[in-house]
Amino acid sequence: MADQIYFEDVHEGLELPALIKTPAPADLVMFAGAVGDFAPVSYDLPYAHEVGLDNIVIQGGLKTAYLGQLLHDWMGPQGVIRRLGCQYRGMDYPNRPLTCRGVVTRTYESDGQALVDLEVWTENAEGFRTSPGSATVALPRRG
Amino acid sequence: MAESVITDALRALIGVDTDERVAEVTTTGCRLFARAVGHTDLVYYDEGAARARGYRSVIAPPGYLGTPIYAPGAADTPAVPGPPNSPYPRILNGGTTYEYFDTLVAGDVVTSRRRITGFQEREGSIGPMLLTTSETTFTRQDGTVVAKMYATAINY
Repeated sequence: MADQIYFEDVHEGLELPALIKTPAPADLVMFAGAVGDFAPVSYDLPYAHEVGLDNIVIQGGLKTAYLGQLLHDWMGPQGVIRRLGCQYRGMDYPNRPLTCRGVVTRTYESDGQALVDLEVWTENAEGFRTSPGSATVALPRRG
Repeated sequence: MAESVITDALRALIGVDTDERVAEVTTTGCRLFARAVGHTDLVYYDEGAARARGYRSVIAPPGYLGTPIYAPGAADTPAVPGPPNSPYPRILNGGTTYEYFDTLVAGDVVTSRRRITGFQEREGSIGPMLLTTSETTFTRQDGTVVAKMYATAINY
């Protein structure tokens, strides 16, 4: 986890340090248990084959959560996620690198809060953005 | 043009609160979710670390809104909230957006209510599709709305 980022340190176009995830099937099982969603397509390989997939697929919610980690680890402990969302445009599979990236699109104040809008996404090994999305975070100020 | 699959019966569902569920934010749930994601910040795992940052207990990682309370025979929480009696059998999660108003901490109990906000028909590469947009409101035990989730389900 990085040091604290302050609002004054951030500008439009700033790129976040990439976060690379290579989930194991066990991670998908843990996620299923935590959220109580046991759709077999994310842990039952014979079932995945039956429905025409080559492999079990990473839950969309887990990919959104990866983008949450991208933001949290970049901001530091005092940063707060106000909004985070993405579309699911492509399937991703375990044991392959999935890169989470973000770039600042706007910095502004609203109701006394120092806010930052970002474009965030997951990218597969081929460079395709499987989960394009956006976020708004609140950052502390210096001094 | 083919007849619309958005029937009056479907349209009548728009704006109606439905699917009330209760979920618990637990220390074990926070840790399991954080471990699934690969978080390294101890605020999601260690009560001492969380208290040192001013929280009552470990906090819910981004995207974790509690583990639904299960009883034998209960249906699991669908990740993709589509319409009942969909005209197309298969379903995909089109995307989700979370809006947060407060931080959830282990010990919180969250009640969620979902309402369908609209239907759209589209012709995609996978054939005709029905898009269902919904809004889920998450309310903590003290009555505070802590989060909203906006989701799109794609039936095809």
